[in-house]
Amino acid sequence: MVKQRRSIVVPASLCVALLAACRQDMHDQPKYKPLTASDFFTDGMASRGAVDGTIARGQLADDSRMFEGRAGNDPIAAFPFKVTKADAERGRQRYDIYCAPCHGALGDGRGMVVERGFRQPPSYHIDRLREAPVGHYFDVITNGFGAMPSYASRVPVRDRWAIVAYVRALQLSQNARVQDLTPEDRQKLGVVE
Amino acid sequence: MQVFHPSTNTISRVSIFGAVFFIAGLLWLLNAFHRSSYYTEVGVPIDQPIPFSHKHHVQGIGIDCRYCHSSVEFSSFAGMPATETCMSCHSQIWADSPMLEPVRASFRTGEPIQWIRVHDLPGFVYFDHSIHVNKGIGCASCHGRVDLMPLMWKVNTLHMEWCLECHREPQRFVRPREEVFNMSWQPPADQAALGEKLVREYKIRKLTDCSSCHR
Repeated sequence: MVKQRRSIVVPASLCVALLAACRQDMHDQPKYKPLTASDFFTDGMASRGAVDGTIARGQLADDSRMFEGRAGNDPIAAFPFKVTKADAERGRQRYDIYCAPCHGALGDGRGMVVERGFRQPPSYHIDRLREAPVGHYFDVITNGFGAMPSYASRVPVRDRWAIVAYVRALQLSQNARVQDLTPEDRQKLGVVE
Repeated sequence: MQVFHPSTNTISRVSIFGAVFFIAGLLWLLNAFHRSSYYTEVGVPIDQPIPFSHKHHVQGIGIDCRYCHSSVEFSSFAGMPATETCMSCHSQIWADSPMLEPVRASFRTGEPIQWIRVHDLPGFVYFDHSIHVNKGIGCASCHGRVDLMPLMWKVNTLHMEWCLECHREPQRFVRPREEVFNMSWQPPADQAALGEKLVREYKIRKLTDCSSCHR
């Protein structure tokens, strides 16, 4: 019987040794992943904001036209850089992500969130907004307006301008004349000349 | 006089032989446990402070992944929405719902909502969302059809063998960049050809060195 007992004791102790080796130190390293909790900082957050009065590299906002859409106190009427088709396409992508839920894919202010009961924003195609300078749109994205909160933390400056460019394209799309189209586009529409 | 009964011979043989199976069985058990959903949490909905439904927000409303996970394209971390992001809509929609009280409380006090991490990689794995997204790996390839999940769960183990499945043969999983955030994209019949083409076009390398992920 002694022999038999040993035959159980050996593998059993081997298993205990194996399991004892299962420590999770490497798995759970004493380092912070983004947005984890911390008991070191008083606010309990591992992710720290920039120290007051400091500016991160590449984030110096020294041009009010580019970063605020304003010259003095007035919203600027021209884009602070030359807008290309690529900008407008980027704008379309960003618009569909961040703006279309409320403003609608057409910019008519009838997005899905509005359908679910959010206050309806004005359509981009009313005269007041068609005449509004580009700086106004940039300012609204940056600082919010009415029920709309600021999107500054989610949409970088260059993308905000791209969105403004796309809003202009949307406005044009709803008010373009057939004569403004290229012959190919006119053909696509089936316009008889 | 004989100390041991003749049957002891048989018992000792059987127990030595049996020990082999016993150890093998234990190892198998350990392995099975490691792969079980009890340990990996695959398919197990995780309790969150607010029962947030991706299905409702993504499939129902049509909100893009990036509306909330806004750093996924340029950062290792996909980003979790600030309470302000929730309040973009919930300042007016379901504004009195008791279910959303933790959101409003967080908005009032500035105390962040403590979501439970569903995909928690071990500390010894380096992972970067942005490179995967920018090289044509869709959200759904790793996270599954999140747009159909009323509560969040994992669909993949995140075991190393699972990572390597794709790192060895990226052409099987890569998709056009513009389809990365399309949750319902299905590989076309000619994925083999498309995959080879995209791997070349996006300059995708087969990163299977240990140091690709363990650095």
